[in-house]
Amino acid sequence: MNSLSKPRNWEKYFWPVLAAALLFAIWHYCVVWTGTNIFPSPLDVEKGMAELLHKGVLWDDIGDSVRRVAVGFGAAAVTGIPLGLTLGLYPAANQMVNPVLQILRPISPIAWIPIAIILFGVGDRAAVFLIFLGAFFPIVLACVSGVSSVPSIFQRTGRNFGLSSTQLLARVVFPAALPQILIGLRIALGIAWVVVVAAEMIAVESGLGYLVIDSRNSGKRYDLVIAAMLLIGVIGLILDLGFRSLEGLPSVRWGFRHES
Amino acid sequence: MSLTNAANTPAVAAMKLRAEQLCVAFERDSKSVSVLEDITFDISDGEFICIVGRSGCGKSTLLNVLAGFLAPTSGSVIIDGEPVHGPDPRRILVFQEHGVFPWLTVEGNIGFGLSKLPRAEREHRVAHYVQMIGLQGFERTYPSDLSGGMKQRLQVARALAVNPDILYLDEAFGALDSITRLAMRKELLRIWQTERRTIIFVTHDIDEAVQLADRVVVLSSNPARIEDILTIDIRRPRNISSPHYLELRDKLLEQIGQAYTV
Repeated sequence: MNSLSKPRNWEKYFWPVLAAALLFAIWHYCVVWTGTNIFPSPLDVEKGMAELLHKGVLWDDIGDSVRRVAVGFGAAAVTGIPLGLTLGLYPAANQMVNPVLQILRPISPIAWIPIAIILFGVGDRAAVFLIFLGAFFPIVLACVSGVSSVPSIFQRTGRNFGLSSTQLLARVVFPAALPQILIGLRIALGIAWVVVVAAEMIAVESGLGYLVIDSRNSGKRYDLVIAAMLLIGVIGLILDLGFRSLEGLPSVRWGFRHES
Repeated sequence: MSLTNAANTPAVAAMKLRAEQLCVAFERDSKSVSVLEDITFDISDGEFICIVGRSGCGKSTLLNVLAGFLAPTSGSVIIDGEPVHGPDPRRILVFQEHGVFPWLTVEGNIGFGLSKLPRAEREHRVAHYVQMIGLQGFERTYPSDLSGGMKQRLQVARALAVNPDILYLDEAFGALDSITRLAMRKELLRIWQTERRTIIFVTHDIDEAVQLADRVVVLSSNPARIEDILTIDIRRPRNISSPHYLELRDKLLEQIGQAYTV
């Protein structure tokens, strides 16, 4: 490649596109060489994608999945952030609750499916509950570690200027911990997007996860299965990029300097 | 009563701060280790005091006690006739580095301690101190885009904005390069001469102490006791190659236990 004449700007896009194109080519020729008539080629998937768009249910499925994530993730943030801040501020409380959190945290939300169905029945609320569980623990733990790693000179400065403890939390501890809290929220959002697909395969009859399992069950439409999988990947990437753009906000950018 | 430099402070200055037989001991491996022992001195209103000593001798501990962040094991700190029981916005501690809030702009940092003031007055004061530290045009800039010297000026301005009687500086210029440090000293002296606060400045830099202080408190090590309180009777602006400057500097070096040859 003649990379000296051109700046690296085009290379930033060229190599990723080339890698993706290569992957599609390998996929295509694997399908051609093996002569399979179950596994779809990229072109079949593209046709399947167009079919989904034309049927019009695709937007409903995307909307349902995104809505479930928004509700479950939102509930996890609304409850997890205050809990995490509290545990970070009061190490004694953290010592008490931490073992329980550490035991609950590694349990995959998928393992909770039976419990979710007992509690909420088969339906939207069970799926949202699973997403909530997946997102809750990373958010709590990020808040705890964010708060406990706030440099003591910030807290001392706050006290020096006569702040009460609530003012100290709002004006010093929270903004100082915010970059770490955002990292926790971003991880949690990624988990929520993984969990929604699994939850929709079992607990509900709409959404992208349901689209995957339904396409397989009703007529072994593997072109639609893979089209849905690709959509899940692309939407996950968009959610992550959207969240990452928050890291560039001026009042938190200082916490992400290594990336800029 | 303290000796003051007649050229720089009012002839009859009121006493501002008295440290009375301060002792601080820490528990380490279930043994009590004495860090500060029998520290007694007076500081007049508007005086510029430097505290010097070897690194680790307990200078910062002493400053934390004076600022109310650390309760002494025995003894007391009296400011304006009242014993110190904790930190207070009337006396602000300035740290070595990373003391400014990175999530606030220059304006936000200077205005940090002014939230109780009406908006117009707050903006007026912020503008005043932005100008004083020469950061006009950087009002909306975040600390990560400022140089080390600018950040330290900002920290000083944030402290001055709440109108404190006493400014404590804990090796405030220690992390800066030597040229910036020299500029910062000039700046601090200029601010001190216009604003007339009492300044207590902890440093391990002998030159810094002789250039800045009215009096220098010399601490010994293990535990820290007052070795000497040296009056720097040189008129300002100080000529830092005059024989008297060198004499005082050499005396300090000797007291700290360092020969003045390398």
